Amino acid sequence: MVIMETSEDYVLRVTKLSVEISKQKIIDNLSFAIRRGVTLAIVGPNAAGKTTLFRALLNLIPYKGQIEWNGKVKIGYVPQALYVRDIPISVREFLSFKNGSDVNPTLTSVGLDPGAVLNKSLGSLSGGQLRRVLIAWAIVDKPDVLLFDEPTTGVDLDSEEAIYGMLRRLTAQNNITLLLISHDLHIIREYSDYVLAMNRCAVFFGESKDIVKPEIQKLIYGERVCMLHGEVHGGTIGI
Amino acid sequence: MGSACACYTVRFMAEPLVFSLVVGVAVGLSAGYIGSIMVLEKMALVGDALSHVALPGLALGLLWGFNPFIGAFAFLFTSAVIIWQVERVTKLSFETLVGAVFTLALAIGILLVPAQDLLEALFGDITKVGLVDAIAAIVVSVVVIILVRRIYKKIVLTLMSEELAVSKGINVSRTNLLYLLLVSLTVAIGIMITGTLLVGFLVVTPAAAARVISSNLSRYVRLSAIFGVVSSIMGLLLAAYFNIQPGPLIVVSGVAIFAAVIIARRRISLNF
Repeated sequence: MVIMETSEDYVLRVTKLSVEISKQKIIDNLSFAIRRGVTLAIVGPNAAGKTTLFRALLNLIPYKGQIEWNGKVKIGYVPQALYVRDIPISVREFLSFKNGSDVNPTLTSVGLDPGAVLNKSLGSLSGGQLRRVLIAWAIVDKPDVLLFDEPTTGVDLDSEEAIYGMLRRLTAQNNITLLLISHDLHIIREYSDYVLAMNRCAVFFGESKDIVKPEIQKLIYGERVCMLHGEVHGGTIGI
Repeated sequence: MGSACACYTVRFMAEPLVFSLVVGVAVGLSAGYIGSIMVLEKMALVGDALSHVALPGLALGLLWGFNPFIGAFAFLFTSAVIIWQVERVTKLSFETLVGAVFTLALAIGILLVPAQDLLEALFGDITKVGLVDAIAAIVVSVVVIILVRRIYKKIVLTLMSEELAVSKGINVSRTNLLYLLLVSLTVAIGIMITGTLLVGFLVVTPAAAARVISSNLSRYVRLSAIFGVVSSIMGLLLAAYFNIQPGPLIVVSGVAIFAAVIIARRRISLNF
């Protein structure tokens, strides 16, 4: 299946992308394109190939098909997990691995107080603080594109909303293109422009407001998806 | 005349100790430095296991009359390349692969090493270290420290997230190969002072002690190197004083530092 958002001002164009790992097809004939400055959410069930798509975009794994970045594009990446527990590394040292000079303003822009966190070790930060430091890492050298693999894993709901709000603001201010893997349909609807639903191949590409439509959900998650409509009144569901 | 004789006697006794101390400082410094990565990588036992791989090389040197440390390094280097290549293909951990080859190397080494030289190969004999060895240890140590410094951030970032490292343009595979080669070099010169059985200590214990009291990388790396040097010097001076093998005393000194660090940290925590 080939789905395209047709535009000349694309920052990324993926054409007939296929990835095989251990002779198993993880991504099959996936095509899409996105404009500069757009936030694209990537959704799908487990093992749908979402993280593999990111790995292919980052050139970490071999693939067939074409991945075209429009011009010289600087990519910032935030992985799903970061191993920091046994590593004595401070926030300052971690951010110094990148060549960005605006460490303090960057930390402030992600809602952290530089004076309070710079000398702290990464392992001593809360889940929300660590995620914010990771986002600071991704944006400190002013990227054109950000790839976020479930950026709020392990973060409480309030912090999650705050982080996505902050991401929305940052990408709008700096015309950054954001590709975002998330399972949270509410987050996708609120904080992204478009959604690419995949299950090895693309099953839906459209505006993110459509993600809550039952027919779209069935398309993504299959017939067994259980949709809840209406509101809860005193412990019973009112439709 | 009598005074001149005494002076010559002192010089005669002091020279081997000076060479030993030079080698000890060089080895302690580089082993402590690179050991700090090995502890982070949870490869603490890899240095130990890898050191056994050196035994057949030492044996060939002793048998055929060339410098045993060249043989040791040749075997370590070859093993490192093989392990690196197999790791790329199989994705098995370095620890598993090193574990798989080291017992075989140990067995071959024991079969090859002449019985009278086995003790020296296993525990080292720094009293036989001369000017050339001291210069070699300094050169190797400087090279190891310079190159480890260049790849340190890359390795730490890879350890935190390989994807993050690759997205920053780090060639993980090439960095791992260089790292393994530097570990091999460090182990090869470490064997000079502690022998193959105890060289694993040099790359593990100083880093472990430093890790206990460090909350950032620069402090951790510096302390690890300092503890490595202090362990070597303490062990060598004690060995010279008691006229016994320095290898075990270097280990004992390092463990004493480790214990002191843990006790000091506990006391400081209790006071708060």
